[in-house]
Amino acid sequence: METAPANVAIRVRGLTKRYGAVLAVDGIDFDVAEGSITALLGGNGAGKTTTIAMILGLVEPTSGNIQALGEELPAQYHRVLPRINFESPYVDLPHRLTVMQNLKVYAGLYGLERVKDRIAELAADLDLTEFLDRPTGQLSAGQKTRVSLAKALVNAPELLLLDEPTASLDPDTADWVRSYLEAYCKERGASILLASHNMAEVERMCDAVLMMRAGRIVDQGAPGELISRYGRNNMEEVFLDIARGTGKGANLAQHKTASAHEH
Amino acid sequence: MSIDIKEPKRRHVKLAQRDSAVRRVAAMVLRYGYLIQGSIPRVLDLWYWPTLQMVMWGFITTFLTQNSSFFAQAFGVLLGAVMLWDVMFRGQMGFALSFFEEIWSRNLGHLLVTPLRPREFIYALLTMSVIRTAFGIFPSTLLAIWFFGFNVYGLGLMLVAFFVCLIMAGWSMGLLVSGMVLRWGMGAESLAWALIFGLAPLCAVYYPVSSLPVWVQFISWSLPPSYVFEGMRAVMIDHVLRLDLLAAAFGLNIIYFSAASWWFLNCLKEARREGRLLQVGE
Repeated sequence: METAPANVAIRVRGLTKRYGAVLAVDGIDFDVAEGSITALLGGNGAGKTTTIAMILGLVEPTSGNIQALGEELPAQYHRVLPRINFESPYVDLPHRLTVMQNLKVYAGLYGLERVKDRIAELAADLDLTEFLDRPTGQLSAGQKTRVSLAKALVNAPELLLLDEPTASLDPDTADWVRSYLEAYCKERGASILLASHNMAEVERMCDAVLMMRAGRIVDQGAPGELISRYGRNNMEEVFLDIARGTGKGANLAQHKTASAHEH
Repeated sequence: MSIDIKEPKRRHVKLAQRDSAVRRVAAMVLRYGYLIQGSIPRVLDLWYWPTLQMVMWGFITTFLTQNSSFFAQAFGVLLGAVMLWDVMFRGQMGFALSFFEEIWSRNLGHLLVTPLRPREFIYALLTMSVIRTAFGIFPSTLLAIWFFGFNVYGLGLMLVAFFVCLIMAGWSMGLLVSGMVLRWGMGAESLAWALIFGLAPLCAVYYPVSSLPVWVQFISWSLPPSYVFEGMRAVMIDHVLRLDLLAAAFGLNIIYFSAASWWFLNCLKEARREGRLLQVGE
């Protein structure tokens, strides 16, 4: 694979994951621009989590190439992992450890200097100071999400991979998390790749959208671009068009999938 | 397919980080330390069984000493065997339970996307195995002196050699069982307990290898602990240092430990290939 330009945070080419007879991810290609927030959308089983897990090295691809932050993976994981981080509501932090203990452990794993200062900074940013000495398992869903976010930001990652970061959160907390992530991305120049089922979230936060169906990327573009291309009012309607293979989007998506595979 | 690449909004500001394996292993040890420190039942569990075992076998030894000329001459053989067997048992459980903590808390996915490398994860588990074993057994050795006048430290430097050989055997078992859990899920967890108890009769803990049926002796001599327990009896009964037995135990341990490490790392690779790391523990 050709080396990705410096302003590409993730470059994926021909990425495939097969579990026996099941093709979970089917030769996808995409780029994530540095400093952008990119959404990976699709119905359940579309291949979003598998794609994110392959970029993180939690799942070994069957074939294809991944470059992250200019490094070839999996060969250079040891150079990339200190610079990225991950958050998912489906992977927990140890419940019996306090918030402070969890953050200290992860700060140690990332080899951070001035751990106390970093934790204090994160706690202040994420409004966690009063929970630092509470066991993580005793927190509410919203508080736990903030702790997971603090863990995901502990190393101030250049690249953040998020799997449904606002799932199971009340609208207020979800809105707060979105604002925080947008600000982080802007202030730090970081890139985010997130899987989401919340179309309003995607419209609001994302610079680019990758639409997945049955393991393939069937369309991509900026949210506004997709909405006008599909002749719809919002991303929710675009999503339904693509997921159900209906409306104007059905032909567009099928045409794009076919040409991508011919290519 | 590609999207338009824009100029980044702002250059990334890096935090000071040090690429240090020691620091990562220390962070993992700290994580397990927090877990034990924050749970009185876990601390009591570390002490309870070794102490209970020691007390029970102490009374059996006292009874046998009073009624058997053999045990009268070889006082402490049974107690010594119980304590040394516990080194292997605690060594294995110290490794496996620390690993299971990651599965139970569904934290493995987080850990494996940090800079922690698989071999550093193993080093952390080995360190915890030593800490948990020493912490669990030390009080019972002091109680044995106080209650029964049996001083296991009388074995001198040989005790260190026995400890190293037995804890290495425990690590091999821990790696084997943890690999099984990665491969077959938490259904294999019960093997952590069952396997080591199944080995006990073959390791000649309380009796010499020669008392086993001939075909079982072949199996027994293929296990490192058998050499350690024979060596212990040689010291305590015959007052002879059998370095040949120690060398054999150590050599076999190297083979088993290498094979078990390969197995564990292979199971981890397999779990990545099969996409099980995100689901493990569910």
